[in-house]
Amino acid sequence: MALKIVKGSIDRMFDKNLQDLVRGIRNHKEDEAKYISTCIDEIKQELKQDNIAVKANAVCKLTYLQMLGYDVSWAAFNIVEVMSSSKFTYKRIGYLAASQCFHEGTDVIMLTTNQIRKDLSSPNQYDTGVALTGLSCFVTPDLARDLANDIMTLMSHTKPYIRKKAVLIMYKVFLKYPESLRPAFPRLKEKLEDPDPGVQSAAVNVICELARRNPKNYLSLAPLFFKLMTSSTNNWVLIKIIKLFGALTPLEPRLGKKLIEPLTNLIHSTSAMSLLYECVNTVIAVLISLSSGMPNHSASIQLCVQKLRILIEDSDQNLKYLGLLAMSKILKTHPKSVQSHKDLILQCLDDKDESIRLRALDLLYGMVSKKNLMEIVKKLMLHVDKAEGTTYRDELLTKIIDICSQSNYQYITNFEWYISILVELTRLEGTRHGHLIASQMLDVAIRVKAIRGFAVAQMATLLDNAHLLTGNTQRNGICEVLYAAAWICGEFSEHLEDPMQTLEAMLRPKVATLPGHIQAVYVQNAAKLFATVLQKHEGETDSQAAQETSQLLIERLPLFVQSANLEVQERASCILQLVKYIQKLQQKNVEVAEEVTALFAGELNPVAPKAQKKVPIPEGLDLDAWINEPPSESESEDEKPKAVFAKEEPKHSRSRHTEVDEKELARRREVRKQEQANNPFYIKASPSSQKVYDAPGVEHIPVVQIDLSVPLKVPGMPMSDQYVKLEEERRQKEKAEKKKKEKKKKREKRGKGRKADSGPESEEDITPAHHVDIVTEEMPENALPSDDDDKDPNDPHKALDIDLDKPLADSEKLPVRTHRPEVLKSPAEDRDNESIPQESKKKSSKEKKEKKKDKEKDRKRSKEEKKKKKKHKEVEEEPMESQPEEAIQSEDSKEMAAPPTSAEASDLDFWLSSAPVPPTAQEVTAPSSAAAVDTSPVAAAESEPDEPKDTEPEDTKSSKHKKKKQKKEKEEKEKKKKKRHHHHHHHHSDGGGEDSVQNGTVEDEEPLPPMSNYSLLAENSYIKMVYDIQGNHQDESKVVVSVIFENKSDSFLKSMEFNVLDSLNSKLQRPEGAGPHDGLTVPFQLPPGVSNEARFVFSVQSIVMPQKLKGTLTFIVKSEESSTHEKLDFKLHFTCTSYLITTPCYSDAYAKLLESGDLKGSSLRLEGVNMPFHHLLARICFHHHFSVVERIDSCASMYSRSIQGHHVCLLVKTSDQTVSIDAKCDEPSLLGNVLDEIKQTFSKC
Amino acid sequence: MIKAILIFNNHGKPRLSKFYEHYTEDTEQQIIRETFHLVSKRDENVCNFLEGGLLIGGSENKLIYRHYATLYFVFCVDSSESELGILDLIQVFVETLDKCFENVCELDLIFHMDKVHNILAEMVMGGMVLETNMSEIITQVEAQTKMEKSEAGIAGAPARAVSAVKNMNLPEMPKNINIGDISIKVPNLPSFK
Repeated sequence: MALKIVKGSIDRMFDKNLQDLVRGIRNHKEDEAKYISTCIDEIKQELKQDNIAVKANAVCKLTYLQMLGYDVSWAAFNIVEVMSSSKFTYKRIGYLAASQCFHEGTDVIMLTTNQIRKDLSSPNQYDTGVALTGLSCFVTPDLARDLANDIMTLMSHTKPYIRKKAVLIMYKVFLKYPESLRPAFPRLKEKLEDPDPGVQSAAVNVICELARRNPKNYLSLAPLFFKLMTSSTNNWVLIKIIKLFGALTPLEPRLGKKLIEPLTNLIHSTSAMSLLYECVNTVIAVLISLSSGMPNHSASIQLCVQKLRILIEDSDQNLKYLGLLAMSKILKTHPKSVQSHKDLILQCLDDKDESIRLRALDLLYGMVSKKNLMEIVKKLMLHVDKAEGTTYRDELLTKIIDICSQSNYQYITNFEWYISILVELTRLEGTRHGHLIASQMLDVAIRVKAIRGFAVAQMATLLDNAHLLTGNTQRNGICEVLYAAAWICGEFSEHLEDPMQTLEAMLRPKVATLPGHIQAVYVQNAAKLFATVLQKHEGETDSQAAQETSQLLIERLPLFVQSANLEVQERASCILQLVKYIQKLQQKNVEVAEEVTALFAGELNPVAPKAQKKVPIPEGLDLDAWINEPPSESESEDEKPKAVFAKEEPKHSRSRHTEVDEKELARRREVRKQEQANNPFYIKASPSSQKVYDAPGVEHIPVVQIDLSVPLKVPGMPMSDQYVKLEEERRQKEKAEKKKKEKKKKREKRGKGRKADSGPESEEDITPAHHVDIVTEEMPENALPSDDDDKDPNDPHKALDIDLDKPLADSEKLPVRTHRPEVLKSPAEDRDNESIPQESKKKSSKEKKEKKKDKEKDRKRSKEEKKKKKKHKEVEEEPMESQPEEAIQSEDSKEMAAPPTSAEASDLDFWLSSAPVPPTAQEVTAPSSAAAVDTSPVAAAESEPDEPKDTEPEDTKSSKHKKKKQKKEKEEKEKKKKKRHHHHHHHHSDGGGEDSVQNGTVEDEEPLPPMSNYSLLAENSYIKMVYDIQGNHQDESKVVVSVIFENKSDSFLKSMEFNVLDSLNSKLQRPEGAGPHDGLTVPFQLPPGVSNEARFVFSVQSIVMPQKLKGTLTFIVKSEESSTHEKLDFKLHFTCTSYLITTPCYSDAYAKLLESGDLKGSSLRLEGVNMPFHHLLARICFHHHFSVVERIDSCASMYSRSIQGHHVCLLVKTSDQTVSIDAKCDEPSLLGNVLDEIKQTFSKC
Repeated sequence: MIKAILIFNNHGKPRLSKFYEHYTEDTEQQIIRETFHLVSKRDENVCNFLEGGLLIGGSENKLIYRHYATLYFVFCVDSSESELGILDLIQVFVETLDKCFENVCELDLIFHMDKVHNILAEMVMGGMVLETNMSEIITQVEAQTKMEKSEAGIAGAPARAVSAVKNMNLPEMPKNINIGDISIKVPNLPSFK
């Protein structure tokens, strides 16, 4: 045997291994591609062999080739083969390859589920580790759903190595299968306090990632994290926690107050820069959240700024960078404290490191004021001149414009200066941002009326010198500026000194080389200028000049009429004809100027960028409604071009039905969008009014540098520097005047003890040079005020926005049984399974739990020797599995008391308002001790309404608080004692023996007879179906039908399809896109003798009447020699009982409910019932989903609620085998039916 | 979250690429090229952070890199990671490689990409930091190597011998990355414990 292996490996050793491949590639540098293609051929041969070692070697080589950019997805199946090798060596190679090239679209991934599950439960920790690592890279929603439970079990593995990996991978599972978050969360929270630092770190990591996206759901964990922060010494964990707090503080300012002290301590004490930096960052976040409230945090700000200054001054570029980054955060709320470091930041602008320069630029943005804007911009302009490389210069340009235009030109005192800055910027060589400058010019000229005269003069000069801008080539980004210049000159032509000259400039032949959209504007505005010129000359009664103008246009316009650009052509020919007509009139001495001007009359007002979006939709207009009936699906499919079909992937299987359909929908949407885009009649949403002129293709104009080395000085263009000087002089003058005035004032007010105005140069002192009236942008009438945030609907984290404090519902348990074909099974276990329906279980959830265990057993498909292990395993699992159960129960009881969130919130309030060390009340949140949960949160919640808001000052002692609570509790008790019916309230568990009934279960009395809610659905020689119907807590119109399929034959049953004939009232929920008569595929196959459960969701409208639905199950019976199609008809009976949900109720709430008088009564008598009263109650509880509210001797009140919120109350009395039930409900027909069903239940016994 | 980990040499040849989000092979190569282009043109004494990895995730992400002799180690991370922490992680990674390969050089990475992957898998899993303690990482890596050896047993012996013979003919003289010599200034950061 050994010899054979050795022989095999000797054959093998001459195969090319990874090293040989690498060496070969290095030796074939000239014809690498060719060499690799021969290697791939070899690999393909190797993959065909049976020897797993050869395959693994081949897969290993493929992994390398994948890194070099070769698509190796064709080998996906072989990778799966290697993954499933029993040898760790090969397994690891397989998983590595899978992690590198598998993704959600890889179809063979479906085949891996069982293999991965096997590896996860492998006794070898490294098998498990490798599987977890691999899975973390390629987990899909299907894998996540099927394996969530297995991974959750691993979170409590004995080996920390496995635990930490299992904890970490849960994040990926949550992302792909958000439903798993709530069931898994309690255990994840537990892991925060794991003894192993690695596991703890992993748990912190996961929760931080989760909390970062949806912080509000994790606020209740703050006390726990606070404890960790003050106790942990692991810098990595500390950094994560501190970052998390940074995300939480904006939601809860009180948390910030608590954090400041320990964080400042850390800042002072730590030597690790990374930690220091994160602390400073979080302190900044805290300060931002507190900015409105606390004024006395200036010390903390000072500390932060001071520490950051040290970082910025450090010679380490990394620290400098981060310092600037953090500084920009402080800037937002405390600009003053940053502004004092302006020198330092300006210094950073000269840094050789571009990242640092960019950060410094960001900071400058927030540091400008009216006072220093000109100075800063001047400095930036210097940098623009010096800057090498267009990217950085473009960045500078945009920053200058951002800085100046920010918050509606708030800091600009002199718009003449700004216009000249913009004009200076047009001289930049080869910038990409011509359109940005242009839009600024337009914006300022339109909105600042006072500046128009100046702006027009400047623009006229620009137009006159257009040749300098366009340079040798017309394809320069900067020529966009001419667009603005031409428009401004035309629109505000009344300000032009010499319109004739400008008109001449605009009609130069060279213009024809400009991009089309600019030419169009030229032509249009030439017409405007023409109108102005006409008007001017008409006043002078100088017909000669006017006629010359017309002649000029008639001469020049034909050039544009020949333009290739449609827009230019159209406008030019229109205007040409118009001018020709005018010329005729002129020759007849008709006065036309007024009429021509009328063509362009009226003011154009700026429109706000969001205006279009904010136009309210008129009532009664449904934009989503079809105007015409859409063509039927099939037709439209036929019309589509074939290429679309060819691209489409073949549908893999039925279970992926929904996904395929979603893809299909998305595709259709895409097609429709394209159609709309190509349809000229379809009105598209305009992005912003300012960019409307931005014709498509501007961005694509390649940027070519102008070859001008000498800085341009255009005669007649003012330099911005002049303005800086002028401005300074003006300010000085003003100041002097003010001082005079102030002196006067002081003289007047002397003796009154009034402080002089602070600082000689405060913001308010600077007045704008000339009165500027900034026109606000127009908005549509009754615009919607809301600022809609554009969140990405595809963000996977959106699905994880789940309230974690809500109690766990039964329906949320992780699926354990579905999708798990059980192939091998020992007969003993089969019997085990069969007996399930008859076995005694109190609650269906417990039943499930039991089955889960059975499954565990099933997986251990081995013989006697492993039995011991199995027993051991069961013992191990017991506490773990009972835990969620306990959590459910305890949390249920919370729900009775008050909305659980308020209980949680009060815990947090308590923590936030008391001593820094988390008090015991916090422990309540841990699901470990069910008893504690039973008492304290209830108490806390009860005291909640009495104290509406926790307004206690920060320094209140916790003991005080506790005492108060206890007092309240006492009062509450006393109140209850006063009530007529005094009984133990079930949540007062501290009040002694608890003989009351909880959640419909009866304790402390004789054992109950076995009960099951599963009733027979249908049966034939092949298959037996039993079913149970349960309401859904979350959805008032949905019920879940659980069907257990049991294979009674000796053949294999497959392709089971479950279908129901919908009624008007009840419908089977089918995946999107499925027709109303399509059946649902049962997600498993049944080997002989095996049973499995599947769930189907039905939607119901009215629940007051019971009803029956007819249905069919079709399946294929496959035996060794043949396979036959079979079908089985059934009738699903939806009883009214199945719409009821066991809902606990307080006795006082119950009393109120009865008193309210909204309920209608009915009654029922049962004769000859000879069973103990508690059995009777248990039966009603179990079969009809009631819970016992109170019980006195042989009388009990019970309560239940329907999924649509109907209350059903029963008063059950018994004496001498006669049971009388008085019932009340707000829906009489529902009640009647429920009572009938109760009657039936007892008639059966 | 770490979005991607790339190692390439001074000429942009990839030595290891680990993407924690799926991209097609073409996009991956494009990302590597783009990242190389961004990183390689930076001076030695500028900061190790870089914004604007356009292909991966966009503006939220940062490139954090270190340059050792002939190799660039680049981590692409989002805002939830601490910049200095990741720099330190790169250092831990390189030191671990140094220990596992006994004075690591670029050739080790070239010929043993799978091993590098396995070491990395003990540090970072699915884009999240798994372990920062170097001795723990090395323990786990070595335990797994041991397992591989025991599995190979006698069957593996001849193959190993052949590969040893093949390696003797290696034309290149190994160039050291020289981790020990180049003093990398980690800002006062005590290694994570």
